Amino acid sequence: MNREALFNTAVLALLVAVPTWALWADEPFTITLATRAVIFALAAVGLNIALGLGGLVSLGHAVYFGIGGYAMGILAHHAQSYTPLMEWPFLFEGTKSMPVIWLAAVLASALAALLIGLLSLRTAGVYFIMITLAFGQMAYFFTISWPAYGGEDGLSIYVRNGFPGLNTLVPIQFYGICLALLCVVLWLNWRLAKSPFGLALGAARQVPQRVETVGLDPMRLKLVALVISGAITGLAGALFADLNRFVSPTMFSWQMSGEIMIFIILGGVGRLFGPVAGAALYVLLEHLLGGINEHWQIFLGAALLFVVLFGRGGLVGLVAGREQAHD
Amino acid sequence: MTEPVLAARGLTKSFGALRACDEVSVDLRPGEIHAIIGPNGAGKSTLIAQICGALAPDSGTVHFLGRDVTRETTRTRARMGLGRTFQISALAMQDTVLQNVLLGALGRAGRPWQFLRPVLRDSTLRDRAEAALARTGLTEMAATRTADLSHGQRRQLEVAVALTLEPRAFVMDEPMAGLGAEGSKRLTGFLDELRAEAPILLVEHDMDAVFALADRISVLVYGRVIATGTVEEIRGDREVQIAYLGETP
Repeated sequence: MNREALFNTAVLALLVAVPTWALWADEPFTITLATRAVIFALAAVGLNIALGLGGLVSLGHAVYFGIGGYAMGILAHHAQSYTPLMEWPFLFEGTKSMPVIWLAAVLASALAALLIGLLSLRTAGVYFIMITLAFGQMAYFFTISWPAYGGEDGLSIYVRNGFPGLNTLVPIQFYGICLALLCVVLWLNWRLAKSPFGLALGAARQVPQRVETVGLDPMRLKLVALVISGAITGLAGALFADLNRFVSPTMFSWQMSGEIMIFIILGGVGRLFGPVAGAALYVLLEHLLGGINEHWQIFLGAALLFVVLFGRGGLVGLVAGREQAHD
Repeated sequence: MTEPVLAARGLTKSFGALRACDEVSVDLRPGEIHAIIGPNGAGKSTLIAQICGALAPDSGTVHFLGRDVTRETTRTRARMGLGRTFQISALAMQDTVLQNVLLGALGRAGRPWQFLRPVLRDSTLRDRAEAALARTGLTEMAATRTADLSHGQRRQLEVAVALTLEPRAFVMDEPMAGLGAEGSKRLTGFLDELRAEAPILLVEHDMDAVFALADRISVLVYGRVIATGTVEEIRGDREVQIAYLGETP
């Protein structure tokens, strides 16, 4: 096993061990923190497919995170107020079932990614960053000025949504759901990177003109990557809203987009477990330093500066060295 | 006379006041190597870019396999069987040598939309990729990161990627550039055999290689073709000698 595989195994082991310990020691808050880390990790794994594999620096991933959050918020809001979402042309009611909410979150954010991608992929570099940021801000101000779903105040859900056979109100069970989803998505990401699509996408990131001269369309490859990426981040958004039992326009804020990107940079761009390590480190710093000083982000900034200057591969790069060529 | 595989007619391209290509016509017949030579800035790269679809000509047409492809994209021309190599290697440097040729095989098969099956388990793609490596003598480098290859090996890999496309015509932009005498000689031998599979439009600075390989040569000077002919005809052409081969009249 090489060092990166060892590192990944250690991260996974910690994700199992820490909540298990917290359960035994009766520390439910630690489980909530771990859940937060795992959901952030999921959102960042989504972005990492666009950013790490496809080289798409999207500074608007909060759009998908927020759409996932509002998919949950809107469906659950209608279910708890017993009002249908729409009656015409067909009756569409709200739901409190997690799997249905996840499906809605994934589909809605994938569709949003498709539309945003069709427009933004015409640009590259700084313009791409700016246009994705602009879409994020549009979604943010749209939700603020949409009174039907709480506007600026957001939507509160009284009881966490349900999953068949589990009691999601028990923190460790909800954590288990989130961790299982993260593992599934990590597995998908791992297979994706080795697949024909992953190979072509990686080449489209490095040498688009080569991809064209072998008869493939780099734009279409990147568009599909963005759709997959947005769908995963949307799923994370639904879980995040369920964790807090609350969704508000903050999920659409550009700070949220920035945070998702920071997880990846802290952990290691393009590395399978980079987003996981980065999100875990972020939540840990937020908890430890936030207790000392409310301006804890000064320290986060310093940590980020250190990683960018000295550890180009992020946390994974520091531990496991440069990425090895795939076999 | 046999129908040319690839034919550029009256290609003209200006950048501002500069006419990089002025009514350029060249064609490529089955089984031949047609070399394009000319001093730096003669418009060779502009010509290649128009033939392959990276640049749209101001006027003129490009026909490939009897079809007018002037308005078609690089991608369409590639799928029709136009195999291009780049002057400055355009390879995925972070990927392995094998992955680079696999990309070509993937493009030839036209199916990148597989998301979960490892590309290495696709024996059709893999066989095609490994055959191209074997033919260019890169088999032992298959697992090497492309960034770690020597300059000469990258030039070989450029050719290997084009081979995986099984093209109907090759367009090679200075494949010998920066190769040592030994590498140049080996590649010359290889291209000599390759013309039987598909004709080659060869832009090259290495005159020994050009005179050894070319069935026909076109000389490009200041965006114009000043002569087209066999090696002997070009060698004997006074205008070419003055303009290009550097001999005083």
